[in-house]
Amino acid sequence: MAGGLLVAGLAELSAVSLARNGRNAASLPQRAFTIGLHTFGWGVLLFLVLPLLVVVPLSFNAGSFLTYPLSGISGRWYADLAASPSWSKAFRNSFFVGIITTVLATGLGTAAALGIKRLGAGRAKWISLVILSPIIVPVVITAVGVYFLYAPFGLVSSFTGLILAHTVLAAPFVVITVAATLDGFDPNLLRAAASCGASPFVAFRRVMLPLIMPGVVSGAIFAFAISFDDIVMALFLAGPEQRTLPVQMFNGVREEISPTITAAATLLVVLAVILLGIVEYLRKRSRRLGIAAADAGQH
Amino acid sequence: MTAGAVTTARAAPGGPAHRPLDASLGAQLRRADRGRQIRALLLVAPLLLFLFVNFALPLVLMLAKSIDGREEARALARTGAALASWDGRSAVPDAAAKALVADLGDLRGTPALSMVANRLNYDVNGMRSLVLKTARRLPPSGDATLAALGSIDPLWQRPEQWAAVLRATDRITSFHVLAAVDARRDPAGGITMLPPQQGVMREIFLRTFWIASVVTLACIVLGYPVAYLIASATPGWASVMMMAVLLPFWTSLLVRTSAWVVLLQTNGIVNKGLQGLGLTSAPVPLVFNRTGAYIALIHVLLPFMILPIYSIMKSVKPDYVRAAVSLGASPVTAFRRVYLPLTLPGLASGTLLVFVSALGFYITPALIGGAGDQMIGFFIAYYINDTVNWGMAAALGGLLLLSTAVVFLVYTWLAGSSSPAWRS
Amino acid sequence: MRVGIITTCALSVLAAVAVMRPGEASARDLTVAAWGGSSQAAQKKLYYAPFSAKTGTRIVEDSWSGGIGILRTKVQGGNANWDLVQVEADELNLGCEEGLFEKLDWTALGGRERFVPGAAHECGVGSVVWTTGLVYDANRFKDGPKNWVDFWDLKRFPGKRALRKGPKYTLEAALMADGVEPKDVYKVLRTPAGVDRAFKKLDEIKKDVVWWTAGAQGPQLLASGEVALANIYASRALSANRSDGRNFKVVWNQSVYAIDYFVILKGSPNRAKAVELLSFMTQPEVQKDFPGEANQGITTIAANKQVPKAVSANLPTDPENEAVALALDVDFWVDNVDQLTQRFNAWASR
Repeated sequence: MAGGLLVAGLAELSAVSLARNGRNAASLPQRAFTIGLHTFGWGVLLFLVLPLLVVVPLSFNAGSFLTYPLSGISGRWYADLAASPSWSKAFRNSFFVGIITTVLATGLGTAAALGIKRLGAGRAKWISLVILSPIIVPVVITAVGVYFLYAPFGLVSSFTGLILAHTVLAAPFVVITVAATLDGFDPNLLRAAASCGASPFVAFRRVMLPLIMPGVVSGAIFAFAISFDDIVMALFLAGPEQRTLPVQMFNGVREEISPTITAAATLLVVLAVILLGIVEYLRKRSRRLGIAAADAGQH
Repeated sequence: MTAGAVTTARAAPGGPAHRPLDASLGAQLRRADRGRQIRALLLVAPLLLFLFVNFALPLVLMLAKSIDGREEARALARTGAALASWDGRSAVPDAAAKALVADLGDLRGTPALSMVANRLNYDVNGMRSLVLKTARRLPPSGDATLAALGSIDPLWQRPEQWAAVLRATDRITSFHVLAAVDARRDPAGGITMLPPQQGVMREIFLRTFWIASVVTLACIVLGYPVAYLIASATPGWASVMMMAVLLPFWTSLLVRTSAWVVLLQTNGIVNKGLQGLGLTSAPVPLVFNRTGAYIALIHVLLPFMILPIYSIMKSVKPDYVRAAVSLGASPVTAFRRVYLPLTLPGLASGTLLVFVSALGFYITPALIGGAGDQMIGFFIAYYINDTVNWGMAAALGGLLLLSTAVVFLVYTWLAGSSSPAWRS
Repeated sequence: MRVGIITTCALSVLAAVAVMRPGEASARDLTVAAWGGSSQAAQKKLYYAPFSAKTGTRIVEDSWSGGIGILRTKVQGGNANWDLVQVEADELNLGCEEGLFEKLDWTALGGRERFVPGAAHECGVGSVVWTTGLVYDANRFKDGPKNWVDFWDLKRFPGKRALRKGPKYTLEAALMADGVEPKDVYKVLRTPAGVDRAFKKLDEIKKDVVWWTAGAQGPQLLASGEVALANIYASRALSANRSDGRNFKVVWNQSVYAIDYFVILKGSPNRAKAVELLSFMTQPEVQKDFPGEANQGITTIAANKQVPKAVSANLPTDPENEAVALALDVDFWVDNVDQLTQRFNAWASR
């Protein structure tokens, strides 16, 4: 039950569907309440977004002070970023680790989600709890344990160790996302395909895979984002050769907040917008497909 | 999409199950079902195996490390044997001094010497230099007496140092676990707490829980109304608002944290704004202190509160509240008696997520907090990366893991005991 | 068909990854860890880049902010991913005793007598002579502080103070602020009462202190106005004056100076290359330009003779500066750094 709730909560993170029923606060008569709620709510939303948006213009500042008004528009901090070997290496490392982690986590996670769907309810519950536990256990603890395990094998300060550790963090999110898509999948479709003479493999490839593909891709994007964002594992497991973008930023912020960091931050905000856009697009598409398929299945 | 996204039962049995079953068909079905279960388990197995090696094993290893004293015990084997019958108060037998000299003689020139010296220094300040100094000037083992050690450094005449040596000779040691709560074992076998000015760990644990509670509470206060606002908005507005929640959620933690450092610096944007508005004449310290840590932590964790609450609110039919109001309940009563209980599961999972995440946080406070605002995660990293005190890091990690598990169990228990009315 | 597309996508992604694979060679590149900021920038410009150009050896840089524990972790924890490290004198002595560093072959390095006194050690080669002292923004205070008593005077010089987050040169400053003569500082610190006295003095300004960890933070804290006065590395402040047009003033009176060393971590797979780099960096012809670039002193006698007077006036090695300064007592810190760091951390974190 608790596990289910947590799962539901987490699943929502990936598959939040926007409100459909247009009920509003009119059922509560006080206008003052409505106005207050809106002011408060929008204030909180501004609090969430503004810090990110404020940083973006600063990265184009011609001067080196991180404050408004800007002393002019310039791309010098981006040039700085591009010219710096340590930043470009950090970008390369982050993408490298992120992509390999994504491939591993998506493979393991998708298979596990398909398996869990077919298990009996009791078993499925316990296995999901086990699989999701890396999300619940604080990363710093996992990082310490992994450090102890990897150190004797020389996997600390190696890409292999970092990728394996990131896969631990990322795979559960793939499971959640793919399982959420499978929830909307009508198993009768597979039976229908079978009754039309399709072999189980063909039925899976031609019917199931296209339908769950948006979930798999969303899961992959999640996995990438988890790896790309991780700093705790990286601080324990990455040596100077493996330094990822978050570690580079961490060192930068600790030493001095320079406009170069705001340029890197801006690029990462753009990346976040792209990833978020893809996931939202897939989620909507998946729902459309799911509904269409369900309609087709009812014939 | 409510609870049980993953845990929903397998697909309903298909057509043949409706027919009356004869024995052989039943057996066939059971076999088919078993085959299906095995295939399903085979699909899950790779991830389970992967997590076993790279997640479960490390956790067990960490817990084991926190009580593992084998290396020190081996290095001080003779001393340990000689001290076995010592009562912890009276003068140390010369045999123990002789054994220590023999052990240190073997350790000299090897990395194990500094390992032992460091381990003793965690226990009693100053033991590191005492041990290294003694190892440099070891008396010939033949005439090694307590007095001879005492002439190297009079500290050897005191039982405290020997008690520390004795504590370091346990193969399975409670030393680190006790140290993680500012306690230690005295030679008589009892457990004593360190005086408050020497111990900091209890304070750090309390601080960690306090910060996590404040952040969670703030997230509830800020998040619940926002979730309601989004759940009750028209689809167009709802998607705009949802973007405002999801964008920070998808943006790198480091970006969010460094954005706050930029904003909150003494001459940063917030302070410039406050001064521009005439709210303050001098800059307000907002960074490298608790205020900054709270602001950044709340910002980072707020989406984890809003999203689960929102998802539950979306599934609550407005009819219930309307019905309550039409039956004469005041809006406040309708909220308290109907809407709040219905949305409680979302609130509970949001609270769990935020609180547990906050407990383990260390990057954000490390960058934006002051020396007195660091949480337990910071010290775990400190003991690994800045000292080689793995035992202490492991013990602190174990305690944090335990805290997380307790929070999770309390949540399960509370969620299990309340009736799942929201499932309606 | 869809599967075909996906397979193609996956393969092209893997191919792309293979292309950008960041060279995980079994033998890693020579990795040098120094102290970041202007000092490391100068090392890169005058030492690492020319060395790489000359020998073709790739150098990976890292930066750190000291702490014997980090070196112990690296060597004893099986995670020695640095080869050459710039360490402080107490770390040099402790680490050498604990076997964390390789012993050096001084004949291969051209002999100890090439170096200023104290710069040639069995485990390390003197790299820079540095100073930490009272620094302030002369644009903010016309009649600035002259000593540590002034530093503690929150009325005359309102604003926050920057101090290093650690006991080293923080306790010294506290004692001098409490009226201890520079020549007596370590005599007093060697007594438990003296240590208590230093912490008690620090209590007076504790709530007004911003603690820095990385050397580059110092000038930044002063420049942003975050702090009014700072106990930071003189070289960083002077570099900010030159590169950023600042008007920071270094109070040489009661400043603390010491030598830093390059050491080779035990078990380094790049030992030969590290020794080669050490010889390169200590050639007088290479070293002589370093003070002008980094505002730090240098360690070979021949190179010191070639430093122009205008540059050396800003160095701790200048006789006038040296006369009013305090030499870091390495022996004291070797004996006490562990204990005092532990006590300092406990004190600071509450």
